Amino acid sequence: MEKFIWAFIVGGGICVIGQIMFDVLRLTPAHTMSTLVVAGAVLGGLGLYEPLIKFAGAGASVPISSFGNALVKGALMEAERTGLVGVLTGIFEVTSAGVSAAIIFGFMGSLIFKPKG
Amino acid sequence: MSNKKIKKLTPTQQEYKRFAKERVPKRPVLLNTIRAFIAGGIICTIGQGVQWMFMTYFGFSEVTAGNPTVAVLIIAAVLLTGFGVYDHIAQWAGAGSAVPVTGFANTIASAAIEHRTEGYVLGVGGNMFKLAGSVIAYGVFSAFVVALVKITFKALGGI
Repeated sequence: MEKFIWAFIVGGGICVIGQIMFDVLRLTPAHTMSTLVVAGAVLGGLGLYEPLIKFAGAGASVPISSFGNALVKGALMEAERTGLVGVLTGIFEVTSAGVSAAIIFGFMGSLIFKPKG
Repeated sequence: MSNKKIKKLTPTQQEYKRFAKERVPKRPVLLNTIRAFIAGGIICTIGQGVQWMFMTYFGFSEVTAGNPTVAVLIIAAVLLTGFGVYDHIAQWAGAGSAVPVTGFANTIASAAIEHRTEGYVLGVGGNMFKLAGSVIAYGVFSAFVVALVKITFKALGGI
C-alpha cells in the first residue's frame, strides 16, 4: 500500500517539474517532453533512475523520463552481451512494448475515430 | 525578444511591445503546478494499480509487469483521445497529463486521428510522429551517447 502513496508523490513531482518548465521557462510540450527524456537517459546512465523505480514503482516508470532510462538500459544490457554493436541493436529492447503499442493502437484509433471539432 | 531586435523597432513599435507585454495574461503558476501534481499522481497511481493487478493475478514479476502496464495505459489513453475526453483532462491538468506515458500516446493518437482526412499514408502515417518524433529522436540519440560514454568509462576501468 505504501508503494501507491510513493507512486502518487514521485509521479506527481515529476509532473510538477514538467509544469514548471511549461509555465516558468515557457517551453512547448514537445520541448518539455524531449528535455525530460534526455534527463531520464542521463540519470539512467549515472545509475540513479533504477533505484527511483525500485522505490516509487509506477511513479517513476510511468512518466516519460523512464523512456530515456529504458533506452539506455536496453543499450547497455545488449552491449554487455554482444559488444559495441549491442548499443545499436539493444536500444529499443526494453521500450519496444511502449513504442509499438503506441504506434499500433494509435493507428487503430485513426481507423475507428473521426476528428472532432 | 533580444535587445538587438528591440533597438531596430521604431519608438511606436517599442511602445506597443510594452503595451502588449503588460496585457499578456499572467499564468496561475501555483494553481497549475498543484493540478499537475494531482493529475500526474493519479495517473501514476493507476499505473501502480495496473502493475499490482498484473503481478497478483497474472503471475508477472515486478520487472516483467512493466511492459503490459505501459500497454494498458497506452490503450486507455488512445481510447480517451478518440472519444475526445483526453483533451478535457489535458486542459485541466497541463503537464500532469502530458508527462506520463499516456501523454505520449495521446500525441500519437491525436495526430493520427487529426490528419486522417489527408489520407492514410501521407496523413496518418506521415503525421503520427509529428510531436512524438522529437521525443523518440532525442531519447534515442541521448541514450546512444550516454551508453557510449558509460562503456568507455568501464573500458578505462573507471566507475
